[in-house]
This record gives sequence, C-alpha cells and structure tokens, in this order.
Amino acid sequence: MATVVIGVIGADVHAVGNKIIEHVLNEHGFNVVNVGVLSSQEDFINAAIETDAKAILVSSLYGHGEMDCKFMKENCVEAGLNHVKLYVGGNIVVGKQDFTAVEERFKKMGFDRVYPPGVNIEDAIEDLKTDLNLS
Amino acid sequence: MSVHLLVDFGSTYTKLTAVDIEAETIIGTARAMTTVKTDVLEGFNVALSKLENAHPDMGDITAISACSSAAGGLKMAAIGLVEELTAEAAKRACLGAGALVNHVYSHHLSKKEIKALKNAQIDIILLAGGTDGGNTECILHNAKKLSEADLGIPIIVAGNKDAADEIEDILSGSGTEYYIVDNVMPKLKKLSVKAAKDVIRQIFITKIIEAKGIKKAEEKTGEIIMPTPESVLMAAELLAKGYEDEEGYGELMVIDVGGATTDVHTIGEGYPKRAEVILKGLQEPFAKRTVEGDLGMRYSANALVSLVSPYEFKQYYKDADEDKIQASVKKRSDHVEYLPDSEEEEAFDEALARICCDFSMSRHVGTVEVVYTPLGNMYYQTGKDLTEIKYVIGTGGVLINHKDAKKILEEVNKKSNKKLELRPQAPTFLIDEMYILAAMGILSQKHPKLALKLMKRHLK
Ligand code: B12
Repeated sequence: MATVVIGVIGADVHAVGNKIIEHVLNEHGFNVVNVGVLSSQEDFINAAIETDAKAILVSSLYGHGEMDCKFMKENCVEAGLNHVKLYVGGNIVVGKQDFTAVEERFKKMGFDRVYPPGVNIEDAIEDLKTDLNLS
Repeated sequence: MSVHLLVDFGSTYTKLTAVDIEAETIIGTARAMTTVKTDVLEGFNVALSKLENAHPDMGDITAISACSSAAGGLKMAAIGLVEELTAEAAKRACLGAGALVNHVYSHHLSKKEIKALKNAQIDIILLAGGTDGGNTECILHNAKKLSEADLGIPIIVAGNKDAADEIEDILSGSGTEYYIVDNVMPKLKKLSVKAAKDVIRQIFITKIIEAKGIKKAEEKTGEIIMPTPESVLMAAELLAKGYEDEEGYGELMVIDVGGATTDVHTIGEGYPKRAEVILKGLQEPFAKRTVEGDLGMRYSANALVSLVSPYEFKQYYKDADEDKIQASVKKRSDHVEYLPDSEEEEAFDEALARICCDFSMSRHVGTVEVVYTPLGNMYYQTGKDLTEIKYVIGTGGVLINHKDAKKILEEVNKKSNKKLELRPQAPTFLIDEMYILAAMGILSQKHPKLALKLMKRHLK
C-alpha cells in the first residue's frame, strides 16, 4: 500500500490531531510514516525520500503555518520529490480568515490540497485515494 | 596455573598481555614492533621472549586470543541514500565494527565517486539505502554501478529489503563477493546495525586478515577474532555495564590517541538532560565509536597540523614557529616509531595529543542548536548529550607514557568556542596505564567477569 509521511511542522506541539490522522490512515491501509510534532521541512523531505512516500500531509495548528510552509514545494522539487503530493491542514493561519483566500495562497505556494479547520479527515482520505489513483 | 595470552597486532606495536586465569591477575605485558612487511610472527616472537624473560616462572600458555589493527586496520566505505539517514546509519555500522571510514556517499554514485572508490584502498563496502518498503531505486542503481566497477572487494548489502532479490540478481552473476543482510535503517531513524556488524567481523576474520598477511599469525595465536577498535569498544561497554554481581562504572568514555587515528568510544544513552531540549536525527547507538583518520600522532601528524593554523597551534604549544612545526611534523611522519628525545619534542607531542583530544571530542559529542521560533527560543539536540559522563579513560601510547596525561585529557571538557557542544563537564579521568583495554575486550569473550575486575583494578 502507498506510503505517506505525516507530521506537525515548525515549533508546533499539538500532538492529538497528528495521532488521529495516523490512526485513520492506517485503518485505510496506508503505510504511515509519522515524523511527529516539531518537524522541520527537511524532516518531512528526508523521510519521504528514504521511505518512497507518495504524499506528504503537513499539519499546522498554532497559527504560524504559512511561515513554516514557505518554500516547502521548492525544497521538495530540489530533493527530487516533484511527484509527491503535498497536503496541508489544521489551523494553518492565525485566527479566522476567509478560507478561499487562504486556500489560494497555499495553492500558490505549491500545495496540492489545502484543508480548513474542522475538516473531516475521511474526506481528505478520499481525495488522497483519488490523487494517488488508488480507487 | 593457566595462562591466557592476549595479543594485539597494532599498526606500530604488537602488544602482549598475559593473564593468570586462576589467580585473576595480569602477569605482565610486553611489546615489539609489528612486522607485517616481512612476517608478523617475527614481532610476535620478539615480544613473547621479552615477556618470558621478564617472567620466567610464568607457566604454560593454555590459551591465546588476538585482535588486529595492523596493515592499516579495516578500511570501509559506507553508501546510503539520504546523508543524515541511511548513509549515516551505514557509517555507524562500519565504525561500530571497528573500521575506519573515509568514504561516505549518499544518493546515486557518480563516476567520480566510483573512481575514488577504485583508487582508495578499501577492504569492504557497505551498501544501504531506503527503509524497508521504501526507496529501492537508489540502492539498485548503486548496486549496478558497483557491480560494473568490479572493485574486487566484498560488498555488504544492508538496505531496503524490497530491493534484496533484484540486487541478488545484479550481483550474483558479476563475480563480486556479496552478502545481503538486515537493513541498517529498517524504519525511519531506527538504527539496526547488528547483522551488518556481524558480517563485517566475519569477513575481517576470514578474508581481510589473510589479504594483509596477518593470517599467518594464526598458526601460533589461534583465530584473530576481531579488529582492535571493536575489542576496545567491547571492553568499554563491559566496564560501563558491569557483569553479574560485579558492578560497572556507569556511563563512560574512552579516548584512544594513536599513531594513525584518534578513536572515541562512549557508552551511554546521551538523551537530552533538560526537558525543553528536543532530540533530532537518527537514533544513536548505545555504544558509539567515532574515529578520526586525520588526528594521529605519527602517520597522521601532517593531516593534523593542516587542520590548525599556526596561530591556533600556539594555543596548544606556546613557542611554535612555522619552520619548527614543519620539522617536528616531518620527523614524526617519516619515523612513525619516533619517541621524543628532548623536552621540546615532548612538549610538541603533548600539543599534538591535545589537538587530538580537543578535535575528536568536537566531532564525537552532540550539539545543541537554538532555533528562534514565533514562540520564542527552542533547543534542538543532535547527537549525544555527554555532559554527565562520569569517567573519561585515556589510552594509546602518548597518553599512557605521558607523566601528565590527565592534564592532556582535560582538553576533553574544555569549553569549546565553536557551538554548544555537549562535552563531559566534570568527569573523573583515568589512564589505561598498562595498555590493556584492547586485551580486556578479547578476554571478555571468554572471561567477562575477570576482564571487568582487571580493568577496575588497573585503570587509574
Ligand atoms: C490542546 C491544545 C493545546 C495544547 C496541546 C497539547 C498537545 N501536546 O497536543 C497546548 C496547551 C500545549 C497548546 C499550546 C498552544 N496552543 Co493550543 N490548542 C489546543 C486545543 C484546545 C485543542 C487541540 C486539539 O488537540 N484538538 C483535537 C484534534 C483532534 O484536532 P486538531 O488538532 O485540530 O486536528 C484535526 C484537524 O485539524 C485535522 N487536521 C490537522 N492537520 C491536518 C492536516 C491535513 C492534511 C488534514 C487533511 C487535516 C488535518 O485533522 C485532525 C484530526 O481530526 C486547540 C483549540 C481547538 N479546540 O482546536 C488550541 C489551539 C490549536 N491552540 C492555539 C494556540 C494559539 C496555542 C499556543 C500558541 C498558545 C500560547 N500562546 O502559548 C500554544 C502553542 C504551543 C506550540 N508550541 O505548539 C490556537 C491556534 C490559533 C490559530 N491557529 O490561530 C487554538 C486553535 C486555540 C484558539 N482558538 O486560539 N494548545
């Protein structure tokens, strides 16, 4: 089954959602490589290279996601991971902002899918299966 | 009385240690120049007669065991995928097995790198890459390149198991000697080096010893069981952990300043000591060895001096001028058996030893890095936190023979101005006065408790 890398980016310690995502992805048969909280872009990228991951799911909860995710796509391309799907979700920006604008900004940064707070993780998994041609 | 003779075929000296198994004592030690170029047994016999002359009533030798680092020791190349992950894991497996590793490559091997491997005098290659179930493409590419290069040395494959069958197909027809073993990093950041270490030792015993002309010694000494640095690491581990009811010393470090290399061994977890520090990177081995090929008192004196500017050198050796430094270095690299014959030269050796201790420590210990985040400063640790190491044990010719060896060792916990290095802070210093650590490592294979007792008695 496809390998996906998950983790919480930056100086962010919110661990609960990360564990839930790991559990649900496992239930759906994914091989989950969890780099955990407090992970740098490099941690995600190195993990994806060694494990031959097909997607990276970045979580950011504490409001500084936009800064932490800057140049993540460029760094993936640099590391030869052009083909790897890049998702982001959680509370990726500070406070309540118009999500359409937020989504647009993150897509511009190279993320394939961007999720608002409170998204049902099952919905994201359906997207993942579609994007990876798994169903 | 049964005497167990322990032999260490070193790069410069062949060292013997005779142990009385029943009385639980060291009868004596002796040494002579290692004679690999002609016949290793010559040196061994000289040392043995010295020992017998000094202890005429020594009794019959009932067992002999040996280790060796002669003829350049064991030289390996480590190859992996990501530099900080499988390449590092492969390197650690080699180091833990007692090898010197001057060639570490990551990602796809280039023509230039293959050429460097061809020109380097390497005994074994360790090829890793990918977690189990992870990337196979890179290790397959590298296996093909190595097979085509036909280097004529054994290749140990310890990478992604999903690639094993295909690698077998690549290598089996090529005439290359190869061994496929468990992955050195089966899961992300998880280090698993035992299988690789075991096969390294097996190849060392069966092949490398032979190729270096040391096999001949086995007529007299029985099987040479491991590379010397591995026996030192085993001795250190035993001394730290204890055996049965014989207590060990707890977390400790051994620093071995030799003619060609400086080896540092630490036994300990090295986890962060403060709650706010976050550990990063690949899992560290409990018994960790690093070896520095450019830090040595004789063979590597040239390389060592080129690491420091004449200005920096003055911090270790007050009245150094450049010509004097060059002359003293030349004397040492041209005559590796040279012993200081004046106070000046003694001071020069001391300066070299200080540099060896200081630099090897920098490269061995973990570091803490401050990261400025939106939420304030965070602390990230890479490598081992060795601040609370209890004992630092010095070994190797210069330290053992120096009247003020513990002063030299103080370089180990000197404050470094480079980064936040996690060096031992207030260790007790001990010296391996009788030069027995390697011997005790071999002895521990059969008599662990006795080896432990003797170390506790003789490290001072
Ligand atoms: C518990 C908690 C903490 C705990 C965390 C304990 C721990 N180790 O886990 C502590 C007290 C440490 C904490 C600290 C802080 N917190 Co807090 N914390 C929360 C709280 C109350 C619950 C988080 C939680 O566990 N939720 C339950 C899990 C299951 O949900 P989740 O994390 O959102 O994850 C789900 C989804 O978001 C989604 N998801 C997540 N990632 C991704 C990725 C993808 C690709 C997809 C598809 C989906 C997805 O799926 C997950 C599972 O369903 C939230 C408020 C809230 N109700 O959400 C605030 C909250 C996240 N914290 C907040 C803040 C500001 C902080 C602090 C900065 C406070 C401070 N000033 O010190 C610090 C930051 C510390 C740090 N370095 O990270 C803010 C963030 C605001 C923002 N983004 O603008 C929140 C939203 C509270 C608020 N309304 O202000 N916090």
